[in-house]
Amino acid sequence: MILALFFQKCDMEAFINGIGIISSQNIPNTDLFPKEIINDSLGILKLITPDYKDYIDLMARRRMGRIIKAGVTAAKMCLNDAGLSQPDAIITGTGLGCIEDTEKFLASILQNNERLLNPVHFMQSTYNTLSSQIAIVLNCNNYNNTFVHRSFSFESAIQDALMLIAEKETQTALVGSIDEITQNHYLINRRLNKWKTESLYSLDLFNKNSPGTVPGEGAIYFLLSDVPATTTYSILAGVKMFYKPQSPTETENKILQFLKECDTDIHDIDMIITGINGDNRFDGIYTHLLEGVFLGKPHAGFKHLCGEYFTATSFAVWLASVILKNQEAPSVCVINHSPTAPLRNILIWNHNKNINHSVLLIKKYQ
Amino acid sequence: MRKVFVTGIGIISAVGNNVRETIASVQNSRSGIGNITLIDTIYKNLPFAEVKCNNSALFKKVGIEEAESFSRTALLSMVAAREALLYSKINDIAEWKTGLISSTTVGGMDKSELYYEDFLTNNSRNNYIDIHDCADHTEKIADYLGINEYLTTISTACSSSANSIMFAARLIRNGTLDRAIAGGSECLSKFHIDGFYSLQILDTEPCKPFDAFRNGLTLGEGAAYLVLESEEAVKTSGKTILCELSGWGNACEAYHQTASSPEGYGAVLAMQKALAVAGLQPSQISYINAHGTGTQNNDASEGNAIETVFGNNIPPVSSTKSFTGHTTSAAGAVEGVLCILAMNRGWLLPNLNFTHKMENTHFEPVRKLQTNIKFRHILSNSFGFGGNDSCLIFSKV
Repeated sequence: MILALFFQKCDMEAFINGIGIISSQNIPNTDLFPKEIINDSLGILKLITPDYKDYIDLMARRRMGRIIKAGVTAAKMCLNDAGLSQPDAIITGTGLGCIEDTEKFLASILQNNERLLNPVHFMQSTYNTLSSQIAIVLNCNNYNNTFVHRSFSFESAIQDALMLIAEKETQTALVGSIDEITQNHYLINRRLNKWKTESLYSLDLFNKNSPGTVPGEGAIYFLLSDVPATTTYSILAGVKMFYKPQSPTETENKILQFLKECDTDIHDIDMIITGINGDNRFDGIYTHLLEGVFLGKPHAGFKHLCGEYFTATSFAVWLASVILKNQEAPSVCVINHSPTAPLRNILIWNHNKNINHSVLLIKKYQ
Repeated sequence: MRKVFVTGIGIISAVGNNVRETIASVQNSRSGIGNITLIDTIYKNLPFAEVKCNNSALFKKVGIEEAESFSRTALLSMVAAREALLYSKINDIAEWKTGLISSTTVGGMDKSELYYEDFLTNNSRNNYIDIHDCADHTEKIADYLGINEYLTTISTACSSSANSIMFAARLIRNGTLDRAIAGGSECLSKFHIDGFYSLQILDTEPCKPFDAFRNGLTLGEGAAYLVLESEEAVKTSGKTILCELSGWGNACEAYHQTASSPEGYGAVLAMQKALAVAGLQPSQISYINAHGTGTQNNDASEGNAIETVFGNNIPPVSSTKSFTGHTTSAAGAVEGVLCILAMNRGWLLPNLNFTHKMENTHFEPVRKLQTNIKFRHILSNSFGFGGNDSCLIFSKV
């Protein structure tokens, strides 16, 4: 029985010792918030990509789809940042996988009536392409997994990594997310009224009282470790997902229960980063709790910087890490009022249509 | 270490729409491979292992009115997941922390490929847009069975459901969950028929795993789920335990996006990890349910891997893909269910269509169904594109 209790209360946290980020912001130094912020009026926040030739050889570059190049490069940047050549595990979360390759293969089936198909697009269309391509590039035979559950994808990947570390199966895990937007994907989803129809600058995303949001994309990897290093950004102290809460009270209870599971009091939360995305059909639940149980807490947003996509919370984990490391919240992210140092704990709370909720706790590393 | 037990199984595949029909097919060595009737593909001359049930019949089985916004993947998954839940006699889903871990790769592609041009040009098929992704079927099952404690979806191509079962077991072992329904679902679609065709790995005859004259795989479809429970949960309920899920291993071959290495070192690692988790020696394994797709590449590679792990002491081996076809993302769970049926009935499952031993391997697969076999531990392999190699071990309780 004592043994059983011990396993129920395993220590699920890890140090973030490296970050590689390719997003719609230009972030030359992952430990600093960039001075220049992209404020776009195109209605889509597209990736700003580095020169891939520094990371991927020519042959592989030609073969790889756009998001595969971004993901492999973000993974390599992350490992370089952490000073590690091989992780003990590679885990990716992706809501929609490699859409570009999927669309290309689908279009060729329809255009050529199932004939003369190029298998490369099929091979790269499977959702596990990133985790396996990273493994091939690193020649890494270790644990390898891919989660594909809407806005639980990245969170599940984090949970898998934290579990592996708790199981002592793994000391280091490369965990990240990829999602891309294509022109057709944008147009198809416009039919479901997912995007804003009025023209706006992305930094004004939270200021329009209208339906829809701005889509984005990203390829972001983290190196989680059981021990800190000179490169440590922060501590990933927990993750929880919950599905279809029946009421704001249930949402509140789930979040409070999560904090309890993390042995953290609500008073110790110095800032809340939410997934507010400017869609007035769904942002209400954030406001409800921010004006209730979280009243007075400094509140920041991030989707005006990276856009909305299923694995956008990985951008928030980077943002939280940078805020904790620098003990300062960039004013462009602050929605109500800036937090005052010392900043020790940041709660990230995101949801997709009030269906898939997730919370992550990021702590300052001393 | 907290143990994880299997208390329920559910399956729908070309060999049967439920556990009972599956048992009858296996008992009579009746393969489900035949013609494709439900998809309008130009490759109708090829054999496929189609579920003998159109979507209308699947709606009837799950007991809901026909509606748009249901992919065949979702319908198959709902049928099998409900059977697993009923099998394990779970009445109150909220009695224990119960999660759902499913898997797929095709997801709603069966609908997207029909309506993609509409998606691009008009609003007539908007109900199908959001069911394209992998998570849709998982949420359909969750809503159907009333699961909201925990859900997620895994996709590692043809090892997807082996990984979902493994992940569920770990969630139970560390106390996050007490019970889980874990498995996967995949329907046939032009997209993956054409994908496998473009890779030139579809046999023109029913697949012949481990045969010298094998010439590719036979694509199948289906869904299967296991109900996994913690030791505490089964002790409290006192319900019948089907077996223990004692071992699991996940490794990445990191060799090629779609091919296996000749020596199969990814498979070796996955099997060795699973044996280590179970605390078993290779000699303790009573039977290997191989991945055995029937492609030149897989079977040669897996054969070598089995010889590396088991040396001169190779237990009986068979690939049941000669019955069910390759159900891709669902394969790990489909074969898991077959392993559990084999264990509890004492049946050594045959590898149909085998006639000639492969040149460089030293073992032959099981040719005929054998009965009254005493199993102790069964090892089941599932390997996916990208070298995502996984292995599960089921142990008699």
